[in-house]
Amino acid sequence: MQPGNCLYVGGIRDTVAHVLEMRGINKSFFGTTVLKDVDLAVDAGEIHALVGENGAGKSTLMNILFGMPVIHNTGGYEGQILVDGEQVEIPSPGVAMQLGIGMVHQEFMLMPGFTVTENIKLNREISRPNLLSRIISDKLELLDVSQMGKDSRQALDKLGVDIDHWLPVAGLPVGYMQFVEIAREIDKSQVKALVFDEPTAVLTESEAELFLGAVQRLSEAGLAILFISHRLAEVVAVAHRITVLRDGEVVGRLSQNGVKVERIAEMMVGRQIKRPALPPRTSEPSDDDIILETKNLEVQMPGERLKGLNLAVRRGEILGLGGLAGHGKVAVANGIMGLYPASGSVRIEGRELPLNDPAAALQSRLAFVSEDRRGTGLLLDESIEDNIAFTSMQSQNRFLKGSVPWQGLRVRDGEAIRKQALKTIEELDIRCTGPEQPVRRLSGGNQQKVCLARALTLSPRILFASEPTRGIDVGAKSLVLDLLVKFNRELGMTVVLTSSELAELRMICDRIAIIYQGRLVGILTPDDSDVEFGLMMAGGRVSEVGVG
Amino acid sequence: MNTQTSAVSANMSAGLMSIVKKNAVPILFAILSILSVVVAKMNPLFLVNEIITRLARNAFLVLALLIPVSAGLGLNFAIVVGAMAGQVAVIAITHWKIEGLLGFFLAMLGSVPLAVIMGYLVGQVMNRAKGREMITSMVLGFFANGIYQLVFLFLVGTVIPMKNRSMMLPDGVGIRNTVDLFGISRALDNLWRINVAGIRIPLASLLLVVLLCIALHYFMQTRLGQQMRAVGQDINIAAVAGINVDRTRVIAMILSTVLAAWGQLIFLQNISTLNTYNSHEQVGTFAIAALLVGGATARRATIWQALLGVLLFHTLFVVSPSAGQAIIGIPQIGEYFRVFVAYGVIGVALALHAWQARE
Repeated sequence: MQPGNCLYVGGIRDTVAHVLEMRGINKSFFGTTVLKDVDLAVDAGEIHALVGENGAGKSTLMNILFGMPVIHNTGGYEGQILVDGEQVEIPSPGVAMQLGIGMVHQEFMLMPGFTVTENIKLNREISRPNLLSRIISDKLELLDVSQMGKDSRQALDKLGVDIDHWLPVAGLPVGYMQFVEIAREIDKSQVKALVFDEPTAVLTESEAELFLGAVQRLSEAGLAILFISHRLAEVVAVAHRITVLRDGEVVGRLSQNGVKVERIAEMMVGRQIKRPALPPRTSEPSDDDIILETKNLEVQMPGERLKGLNLAVRRGEILGLGGLAGHGKVAVANGIMGLYPASGSVRIEGRELPLNDPAAALQSRLAFVSEDRRGTGLLLDESIEDNIAFTSMQSQNRFLKGSVPWQGLRVRDGEAIRKQALKTIEELDIRCTGPEQPVRRLSGGNQQKVCLARALTLSPRILFASEPTRGIDVGAKSLVLDLLVKFNRELGMTVVLTSSELAELRMICDRIAIIYQGRLVGILTPDDSDVEFGLMMAGGRVSEVGVG
Repeated sequence: MNTQTSAVSANMSAGLMSIVKKNAVPILFAILSILSVVVAKMNPLFLVNEIITRLARNAFLVLALLIPVSAGLGLNFAIVVGAMAGQVAVIAITHWKIEGLLGFFLAMLGSVPLAVIMGYLVGQVMNRAKGREMITSMVLGFFANGIYQLVFLFLVGTVIPMKNRSMMLPDGVGIRNTVDLFGISRALDNLWRINVAGIRIPLASLLLVVLLCIALHYFMQTRLGQQMRAVGQDINIAAVAGINVDRTRVIAMILSTVLAAWGQLIFLQNISTLNTYNSHEQVGTFAIAALLVGGATARRATIWQALLGVLLFHTLFVVSPSAGQAIIGIPQIGEYFRVFVAYGVIGVALALHAWQARE
């Protein structure tokens, strides 16, 4: 490592034992080095952020810390782990737990049908012995439900969240589920260090804020916190120290003071992230040429109801849909595409689009990149090429061969599919072993590119992209946004981009429509002030506030 | 005021609708049962007697299904295997002429080791077929039936030395198609039986069912029960929480198999004859049909649903032949009607549950 590359601020105080320390960690998988001499130390009461692009080695480092089987099955690792200054061996996750290291998983590890209390106490139930349990097995001890409830309440109160601990988890908002997960970790009485793996990836901005507050409370209470995140703004906001990983090496250690998001991003990516001005168009989109118009569109999407939207989309523009989670912005695309029950009117180039009919939407040459990438977006066990061609085969009868009287009997044209797949893989820079690789094995960013490739293959008039950058790393994010701009400028595709991240909307959109409580409150331009955006997302306008 | 009351009544009707929707399956079958009773014009005393007998006879087998459902193993068609274990024990004690209550309890005891071994094996197979437990358990039932036939048709009297004129086929190899269980006939039923206004109530058998209900209720609130529910909800999360998923599932299968063996013994002592090669065959189907009729699903089943299911299913079972005869007028239609009802019930119940799940 070049010394100049390492900004060491604060430094590791060797006199005081760190709660958690990893020294000189090396790890290779089948000859490929994934971690090179990594040092990491976390103190009590500290929030330590670990950032890096996907594949930088964060997950491997955490797998080592938790003694995951995948590490031992691939030849173990080199280096030392110290807890409270003492060297320890961590052969399994159970041992990590006993040593007081807790983990809050990226994907929720909660039982939907269990109550909050049952989840917090999962497999750590409090029980009282009885006659049978003494004779046969302590597994027959009866649960002490009221004590379990009290403990859970205590853990939730520590976090400062007001959830009824007897509610089933199934109906809770996503943000609260995260709190239940954290409560479970801090309820483990001996917990000293907590690892958060991408905790805010699934949260909306407002939920994330609440969550970060809770994390700060925990660190103030003396817990050591290791925080892995893609959202650099929040890293800068809460972390005391930041360690940046790139290609398995520590490339930077920063302290909270005076760190800019751009600086971290630059370190992570190792190249300057620059946002060149968007390429110009020959003619600017205008209200004289409307490609899509909704009148009183209502969509019954659970948690994201749309209650009557009147919106006109100009031909050739990139329209952003913004707003807080739960206000219905996600429902717009889902409703128009026929995925959730919708009513009202949608006109495309003046022609009425039949609602609640996904096939009709596709035939009108609308394409949708779903926010639910793994659920409704992709056929995870199918190959990249089949995923790319699938929708076109079904809705446009493309990539089929054979002349038989009935379309349904024509067979897939492997050659044409392969050609299209290779072309889009190159165009979109999908990192894969080949067009036959199952989509499940791709990283989040590359899966998203496959979704985009499929949408592109439909050669749509309008492309709806819902949260296309959610849960993918910084580098992949800008690539996805660049692709949307490219589709728009070079192919003349109208793009409707739905996103929870205002920053990315402002980066590429021509106009940004803000949805509040299921209705449109206004349309802003990317250059409008933060205040204006903030107010409108809370349902008001600057002028109205002035009136009182 | 007016708007208020109408709002209240709208609220109430909405509440009523949701209750009806939630319980569509048992409500449909209750209506069907009542209609059949009306059409069949059956002697009410006979009907009540018949239903109580059947409740005492079958409830135990249906309750044996509850633990695998809560452990996420679905509807355990492999209780057939447990039933076979019970029959092996009953053949043994009949052969050794151990009679009465002693014989019955010895059969219960004797069926346990076999049922535990079988349950363990079934559990092991289920752990290798995660996500396809129901069809796996059904096929395992068929497979076990093949082994059972091999043993009792061919091995008994050749490899397994056994001589018993009354139980065996004339050439000395294999067990007869029907074996008279004179030894344990009604051993449990007659232990404590009362007669209320012409209704015979086998209190001892019913008490055993009640005991099992209490035991199951207690069990679900133990640490092990909680672990089973956790495994039933989500295998991965349970594993991450440190629960030994495979072991928990095997325990669930063992318990279910043992209970099924006992259930079959209760069934047989009431019927008093063993249909060596048929008695066990439809145990799984009928028990599952009853459970589904009670409103249970492959993922959720309660004690009350099991009991209600036995009541409704067997009412329909008793009256459907007469109802069929009353409507169509052909006596032979009766037997057809029973089979039709049993399988039709499973089909309809599964379809209705699928419809509810989509709601």
